[in-house]
Amino acid sequence: MSDLYHVEDLHLSLPDMTKKPMFGAAPRIEILKGMSFSIPRGQVLGIVGGSGSGKSTLGRAMVRLLEPTGGRVIFDGHDITHLPESGLRPLRRRFQMIFQDPMSSLNPRQTVGRIIAAPLTLHGVAEPKARALEALERVGLPRSFARRFPHQLSGGQRQRIGIARAIALNPDFILADEIVSGLDVSSQAQVLSILRTLVRDMGLTLAFISHDLSVIRRLCDRVLVLHHGEIVEDALCDALFAAPKAAYTRELLDAIPDPDPENAWFTRA
Amino acid sequence: MSFLRIRDLSLVLRGTPHRLLRNVSLDVAATEVMGLVGESGAGKSMIGKAVLGILPRSVQVVSGRIELDGVDLLGLPPKARRGLIGAKAALIPQDPLTALNPSRRIQPQITDRLVQILGWDRARANTRALEIVNEVHIAQPERVLKSYPHELSGGMRQRILIASAFAAEPRLIVADEPTTALDVTVQKQILKLIFEMQANHGTALLFVTHDLGVVAKICQRLTVLYGGLVVEEAGVREFFKGPKHAYSRALLAATPRHTDPDADLAPVPEAVIAAVQAEVTEADERWSHV
Repeated sequence: MSDLYHVEDLHLSLPDMTKKPMFGAAPRIEILKGMSFSIPRGQVLGIVGGSGSGKSTLGRAMVRLLEPTGGRVIFDGHDITHLPESGLRPLRRRFQMIFQDPMSSLNPRQTVGRIIAAPLTLHGVAEPKARALEALERVGLPRSFARRFPHQLSGGQRQRIGIARAIALNPDFILADEIVSGLDVSSQAQVLSILRTLVRDMGLTLAFISHDLSVIRRLCDRVLVLHHGEIVEDALCDALFAAPKAAYTRELLDAIPDPDPENAWFTRA
Repeated sequence: MSFLRIRDLSLVLRGTPHRLLRNVSLDVAATEVMGLVGESGAGKSMIGKAVLGILPRSVQVVSGRIELDGVDLLGLPPKARRGLIGAKAALIPQDPLTALNPSRRIQPQITDRLVQILGWDRARANTRALEIVNEVHIAQPERVLKSYPHELSGGMRQRILIASAFAAEPRLIVADEPTTALDVTVQKQILKLIFEMQANHGTALLFVTHDLGVVAKICQRLTVLYGGLVVEEAGVREFFKGPKHAYSRALLAATPRHTDPDADLAPVPEAVIAAVQAEVTEADERWSHV
């Protein structure tokens, strides 16, 4: 079996607390309305969409931070759709997540070394300290950074700590949720190049969630375009940029401001 | 003749010798759109805040001139300065959610400024609010004026703030990252609106952004900042053909282009950072000898 992930007719709905009556259950909003796709081993999959399209919810359901309300999620042959936490525990070290905002996902009171070593200790990996230092080096930071605190780092460096924490466990799969959207272009370019190297060297499978198609083009093999909780286009990266099929994909492409004044958007009277 | 003229402006963090802006000079002609670009911490927002007189308390102007329509703002007493800025300049802020008071309806949030700073009577201000909200393509303007901010989408709220900025016919607008918090498709609509309003009203626009793509689409000239220092100032067309300063070249090379499948992104090389950092240090040495 070459597919690492297999997602079948995935549904997820959450209670709409803004419309909850004083008594009784809140009505439910459907966030994912039946998504099906597979991710082959070693593929870098881009997941793109506007705000509210369900891209983060899809990611969270895949790593089971959320429990789907319908359909199936199969990770490397294991059905994890409704697996309880005890059953998930041994699998968790194989799929990791990098969060959008490193300032709120890194504990401000712990050193970088402890932050990266924490999941290693949790999963009972031998020599967590040595592995943490190794992970630091893999993301291009000196070992001395292990003694620093998150607030002493720049945004790009903090995001690299998030990556180091995720790869320290040697996972098969990483989910990166909008990890470059808060960064300056220079740090963004650096983080993307580190990710590409890691995917190649560690044989990682990566799902990269972003609202920015120009970033996805630099990194991904294949793209899922999400709109209102549905997959509107699923295509290889080159094909998507050469000939976008869905109207929404064209709208997204058309809305990216490319750094070229000759290709004018608006004209002056 | 430039409408906004900044000369040798230096700001420090109050009580420290640490400069946030280093002898910044720049001109914006009436009806011109000037982009201010730089990475975070480059000081681009500080310039806009200094012009509008809304610098945080912790920041102090230590030297320089800011001339608005030929009058040096820094030489005026505070009350006269506020009056002048209120009449001639306005801000389109970054985050449409925090810029609006959540507990008040939209209409008074537009008219307050007209009544309190410009001394209009209520009726005239209300008529103007309806007129300007119509102009930013909002359906059912009467209903929207009576709404609270939470009832509107992010794009709608940003339209309200644009309307509010243009309400008193200012001659200069400072837009501080006005589309950063928005979705890409909404961003395009909002940029189009700002572009249209600027052209129709003939307002000078100082557009603060970190996105060179946005600059290419709506600005005529741009100023690139690094560490509070102006590293390059150029017309948009010539800049995108070939930036002169090594730092601007590196910044452009790090900006993704979705139209070009082969272009590889490179972070700003350390040698370039070291060189531009040396320029900053040199500027500080000259400064301390004055």
